Amino acid sequence: MKFFALIWSNLRRKKVRTALTVGSFAVALFLYGLLAAIQTAFNQGVEVAGVDRLVVRNKVSLIMPLPVSYRERMLQIPGVKTVTYATWFGGYYQDPKNFFPQFAVEKETWLKMYPEFKVPRGEWEAFLQDREGCVVGRKTAERFGWKIGDRVPLVASIFGGVWEFNIRGIYDGTRSEDDTTQFWFRSDYLEERRTWGKGMVGWYVVQVADPNEAASVAEAIDSRFANSPWETSAESEKAFAAGFVKQVGNIQLLILVIGGVVFFTLLLVTGNAMAMAVRERTAELAVLKTIGFTDASVLWLVLGESMACALQGGVLGLAAAKLFTLRGDPTGGFLPVFYLSPAKMALGLALTLAVGVASGIIPALLAMRLKIVEALRRV
Amino acid sequence: MSPIPLIYNVRSVRARWRGNLVAVLGIAGVVAVFVAMLSMARGFQLTLVDSGSPSNAIVMRGGATTEMESVVTREQIQVIAGAPGVAHDEEGHPLVSGEVFVVAAFHHRASDSDALAPVRGVSEQALKVHRGVRIVSGRFLRPGLAELVAGKSASTMYSGFGLGDTPSFGGRTWRVVGIMDSGGSAFDSEVWADQPVLSQTYKRPEDLFSSVTVRLTSPAALGDFKRALASDPRLTVQADRETDYYAKQSRAVSTMIRVLGFLVASVMGIGAVFGAFNTMYSSVAARAREIATLRALGFGGASVVLSWMVEALFIALIGGLLGCIVVLPVNGLTTSTLNWQSFSQIAFAFRVTPDLLGKGLLFALVMGFVGGLLPALRAARMPVASALREL
Repeated sequence: MKFFALIWSNLRRKKVRTALTVGSFAVALFLYGLLAAIQTAFNQGVEVAGVDRLVVRNKVSLIMPLPVSYRERMLQIPGVKTVTYATWFGGYYQDPKNFFPQFAVEKETWLKMYPEFKVPRGEWEAFLQDREGCVVGRKTAERFGWKIGDRVPLVASIFGGVWEFNIRGIYDGTRSEDDTTQFWFRSDYLEERRTWGKGMVGWYVVQVADPNEAASVAEAIDSRFANSPWETSAESEKAFAAGFVKQVGNIQLLILVIGGVVFFTLLLVTGNAMAMAVRERTAELAVLKTIGFTDASVLWLVLGESMACALQGGVLGLAAAKLFTLRGDPTGGFLPVFYLSPAKMALGLALTLAVGVASGIIPALLAMRLKIVEALRRV
Repeated sequence: MSPIPLIYNVRSVRARWRGNLVAVLGIAGVVAVFVAMLSMARGFQLTLVDSGSPSNAIVMRGGATTEMESVVTREQIQVIAGAPGVAHDEEGHPLVSGEVFVVAAFHHRASDSDALAPVRGVSEQALKVHRGVRIVSGRFLRPGLAELVAGKSASTMYSGFGLGDTPSFGGRTWRVVGIMDSGGSAFDSEVWADQPVLSQTYKRPEDLFSSVTVRLTSPAALGDFKRALASDPRLTVQADRETDYYAKQSRAVSTMIRVLGFLVASVMGIGAVFGAFNTMYSSVAARAREIATLRALGFGGASVVLSWMVEALFIALIGGLLGCIVVLPVNGLTTSTLNWQSFSQIAFAFRVTPDLLGKGLLFALVMGFVGGLLPALRAARMPVASALREL
């Protein structure tokens, strides 16, 4: 590290070039941060999935319901600990564009199934007391400016009419990835008001006693209802969420391609800048060698310069991306979470340093192999 | 004095190709990603917009935003069929198609997992109303039988939906008796079944439909038709022009692709401008003597700026063209995504249209202009005497 001052003054020699190289890194890492946040948003369901939870839906498709009576029958299956259910409401607030998910939930078991969601005890008690009560996620409550005690009308595009709910509670997630856009209300209220499809629920969530037995329990559930008019398809919550991600398309590939193009371009830009820096300083490097700098230290000098650019740019870009994600979802409610995790940031920094090394290595090797006599003779 | 000849720039770019290659590749990469994202949004939009016909109207329950949320009864369909503006076939039957829209989980080849496919319960009227749909192999369904007609995208997207295959879903085994082609529209992703059979499978009352599609006598007849439905007390429905309905369906996904595409492309664009800046600045430094010589020969500062801008734009144009060429093969590439409105998979093709290529080139030129301007000004401002003495 004794060459630190030398690297630093080399960087300051051509301020514009250094600024541009650092800027390129910052831009690339900013983009990386955005893509990582988007990827997290799409995979959110997979990442927060509980290992001990199964989702049971109608075998034909998710839009087909299942009878409410299945709950008791599932509870008899060995290995099943808790069973809860929910129904998709599909309403909207004021404008069809204001999308957020609404579920009619089984009030006794829903919260027990999802320990990651926190509702103050008093608020939950109030929800249990009020047939028209509902509990809303923090994000949705903030989006529409809802407070506890508000009465909100939702247009029910599936069930018809306008339904009014009293907000009795606001829930929070325990992790940054938890989805706090949901809206829960009581299934007994839905049952009372719906004009068709009574006695049916959208899907079941089953908690298994031992996560290692999840697969066999899922199989037992499906075979229990095989050949009935309402066949089931049970799978782990993770597989269920992953299925959804796959349906949206190959997001992973798209992000990898864009990221790859960006980093390749970055490699070219910085590689070129470093090569030019070395070419300009040929005579100077020869002088350094003449006064006793070893080949290795010349190598490190050049490499150190490109890595210093990378590090500064990387930190700058990641910080900007983090700030951008803190401002919230840019698509206006389409992404359930928009969050850049520390792990993804660390990976980004590692990638930057790797590009810093890769772009500096060829000029550095050239500098190392420089023959003093030839270099001094040049120009 | 005349401006610096163009051939000077062309030769200069050729002589210094190594450094310029970086700028060219950077710009090409940005343009390729930019055009690819836009062509994806465009393809998705066109697929849905093409699904509708301006002389068709789709009727759903009032307040419903998609077919899946809507319910229309058989009595209501009879009333709708009698409304003014409805076209009739040669035998005098009204061209009205009551349809049931549901989704089913089929095995999706590309992702090797279950995906939701749209399944439409239809009658023989469907083909007369949806004029764009043709049976390309096999035949149409026979009423009362568990037969399917698969759209050409659906038949390749899901395993077991080729002609003659016998997929089973909903506790029943079906037979694929025909393949339909709607020219790349949303119907290509659908599977059609006989409406009463499908309703039975989904345990829906047989005289409950999701929507009604009506052939009008002319596109202009929609106004009268809508007014007649609105004033009829027996109906609580809404009618939309079919093309408008599908355009609305495409909005969410195509907006999302476009917003993300612009975001990504503009950030990448800034990066490419940095790259171009870097190349051009270094090139100003390296060519200080050359520029000074030009000035000494009598070319003015404005000439030098112009010449540098021409060179920057030339490099950007090569980059832009390269990017466009690289992205051309994605044209026609088919992929599928979940259309949130219908909650099912829809296949669509990337459409690289000339106007998108034009936008890509324009974007490249903007990058070249921004990246070239400051270095050009610096080149022009260089003091002649000291620059000639340099090195």
